[in-house]
Amino acid sequence: MKRFLKSINIPELIRPLGQLVFFSLGTTIVLSAIVLVFALILDRTVVGQTLFERLNVSLFTYTLINLPQVAIDGLTIGFVYAAIALGYTMVYGVLEFINFAHSEIFAVGAFVGVEILIALDRFGILAGASLVMAYVYLILAIVGGMLAAGGLAVAVERVAYRPLRHASRLVPLISAIGVSFLLQDAIRLVESLTTGQFNRIFPTFGNFDRRVILGKMALGTTNITLGVSIKSIIVIVSAVLMLVALNYLVNATKVGKAIRAVAQDHPTASLMGIDVNRIISLTFLVGGMLGGAAGVLYALKFTRIDAFVGFFPGLKAFTAAVLGGIGNMTGALLGGIVLGMLETYAGSYMGVFTMGAAGTEYKDIFAFSILILVLIFRPQGLMGANVAQKA
Amino acid sequence: MIPHFFKDIITRLEQGIYPHIIILAHMVLGTALVYTSPRSNLAFLVLITSFFTLYYFKTDRRFKLIVGAVLTLFIFPVVGVRNIFYLEVIFQISVFAALALGLNIVVGFAGLLDLGYVAFYAVGAYLWAFFGSQQFYVLPFAPGTQPSNLPFLLPGDAFYLFMFIAILIAAITGILLGTPVLRLRGDYLAIVTLGFGEVIRVLANNLDKPLNFTNGPQGITPIQRPTMPLAAVDGFNALFGGLVGHDVSPADMYNVMFYLLALGVIIVIVFVTRRLDDSKIGRAWTAIREDETAAIAMGVPLVRMKLAAFAVGASFAGVMGVLLAGSRTFISPESFSFMQSIGVLSMVILGGSGSIPGVILGAATVTILNLQVLQGLSLYLSQLRQSDAVIPIINFAWANLSNQLDPAKYQRLLFGLILILMMIFRPEGLIPSQRRKRELAHDEDDNGK
Repeated sequence: MKRFLKSINIPELIRPLGQLVFFSLGTTIVLSAIVLVFALILDRTVVGQTLFERLNVSLFTYTLINLPQVAIDGLTIGFVYAAIALGYTMVYGVLEFINFAHSEIFAVGAFVGVEILIALDRFGILAGASLVMAYVYLILAIVGGMLAAGGLAVAVERVAYRPLRHASRLVPLISAIGVSFLLQDAIRLVESLTTGQFNRIFPTFGNFDRRVILGKMALGTTNITLGVSIKSIIVIVSAVLMLVALNYLVNATKVGKAIRAVAQDHPTASLMGIDVNRIISLTFLVGGMLGGAAGVLYALKFTRIDAFVGFFPGLKAFTAAVLGGIGNMTGALLGGIVLGMLETYAGSYMGVFTMGAAGTEYKDIFAFSILILVLIFRPQGLMGANVAQKA
Repeated sequence: MIPHFFKDIITRLEQGIYPHIIILAHMVLGTALVYTSPRSNLAFLVLITSFFTLYYFKTDRRFKLIVGAVLTLFIFPVVGVRNIFYLEVIFQISVFAALALGLNIVVGFAGLLDLGYVAFYAVGAYLWAFFGSQQFYVLPFAPGTQPSNLPFLLPGDAFYLFMFIAILIAAITGILLGTPVLRLRGDYLAIVTLGFGEVIRVLANNLDKPLNFTNGPQGITPIQRPTMPLAAVDGFNALFGGLVGHDVSPADMYNVMFYLLALGVIIVIVFVTRRLDDSKIGRAWTAIREDETAAIAMGVPLVRMKLAAFAVGASFAGVMGVLLAGSRTFISPESFSFMQSIGVLSMVILGGSGSIPGVILGAATVTILNLQVLQGLSLYLSQLRQSDAVIPIINFAWANLSNQLDPAKYQRLLFGLILILMMIFRPEGLIPSQRRKRELAHDEDDNGK
């Protein structure tokens, strides 16, 4: 026991935590400042006046009061993106290949988790569950989703990517797009054959929908309550746990060392006695498990899932991975958080700032615009300076 | 012994007068079958595949051209007017063949994976949808609130002009998108084009406020059809009326006209593509596709050549967009989803990227699978559902099968399977391009040494 405790690399446990806190706080502060400056400027214009007439409150106050809620929402979705982005980034780091099907791995995880819970619900187990058992069932669903997604990711790599490993760059990418499409309809096929429905709803149980009230604020004549739903807390806490665990696996264990070696150079790693194929499978397994867990968390947060649920989160997580510097794990964390925050801030404030001309519906475009801007001005990403660009 | 025997027969059939006879026999058989049983899908397939026979057997050029012209200009319109569903299938094949040929320039020649190709298609379609409808006068109204008696902005004649304007506009869009992103490596480029495709779709969905440009998710309708000289209907009736068996209405004639327009575009594209392929630009594209670094070292202006590929590919999609808007008289963002882009990509990959006959074959195959095989399966399943048939061993009554199971909606499965299987087993496609063939032959020589 003592030796085991001694073998734990404490700094590697603390470092990612510190990074997460730093990134979250930093992004929140920077974005809030930008939004507030905008609000101050627009307050004098017709935008501010319109809002004042409608809600009897200045734009600046309105912005300020909404900030904490927006930041928490942004953080929640940011952590989900980060967890998916890690799957992209790990595979990219090892194979230099965009695993386009990762978004469907995520969707499969979400479906398996939700189906487990729906099955439990049908037997009446969920309804009478105590609070502790509710959390046990949730963890069961997450683990189920992780295992299914991880297994599927390994299978997909074995069938559709491994035969193409020495082909030119675009060949495995096209195959991955094919896998992505195939899986979308496979999910739909299975769902329509077994349940006859396209949408699945996350069952309500436990106390996940309750909100922890942090305080009340007056907004003109109305009161706004500030709160965090327990869902969001669960999402953030589980994502942080996974990210820390992954960081530990890669940076402080022997297997992790092998992964890093393979990422640097396949032939040399192979000469050092590392089974490259096994490490690549392992990478897909770990990435897929993270994606699957993120899928269940996503379903918990947004309740309704369908076969195409993976597409946008997957694309945004990829954007996040590129934003942070693809192939770089810390970068994926940063990218996920920044992107989730940016998107939520834009979605919440763009409508007010443009007087309803462009609102939440442009949220998705926003992510792509960021992707394009990053690729033009800093193709190596925010933290990707140390990643060599092989042609 | 037996394979040898077959080989003998095939070599003999490929010589002398036999190819001519086989091609004509196939064509006549197909026509006769379709003519006698206008509802049969199988007969239609026999007719369509006569194109393949025409391509496969080596005969002199003139014979091929004449037979091809008879097939496309005479047999298809007549057969199509007799059963309008066939004409729809042929029209869709032509539209997708044109799109696939355009994408082929980007993916097959220059080796740039464009996952948002339908964005340019959308640009063309919305161009004519805006100028060829009442939409200009609807600008200040929210969707659904406009008065009903608005005039059309432009007359139907303008359609033909807009086919050329669309070339320009789509090419400019391609250059505008390409300029910033073409410096990127291939896989990043793929994702950015995907993003761009989504941006165009989201814009089309949401540009109904503050000014109503696109009418949002409801889409724009009615869109003007191009003016058609009345003489065309009379002429067609006078020429083919006896064969068709009834007089053709102007509405049917429109379908024929759009098919012929699409065919015209395809011919232009094939011509341009072939000329480009043998030109300095085409060789530059091949160089870029094979090895960017080496191409730069050889003095190929990388970004300019990539932009050219993007612009040429985009302009063809733009023209087809105008054609689509005119023929459907209705345009909505749904027609330009990511799935459409992948559908066109799978046609290119299936047929053989870089190969003109291959890409046309790919477009025809995927469209027929989509329109006839999947929909046929759907029909069959719904008939099974209504019957009281039971699967014997597992004792499953077809009537209990979920209503949601509709094979016609499983295009993604089809596209996905095509992409994966082709990449693993035959990445060069069904009909590899000549250059590819030559390269493969060289490889074998090298191995032989």
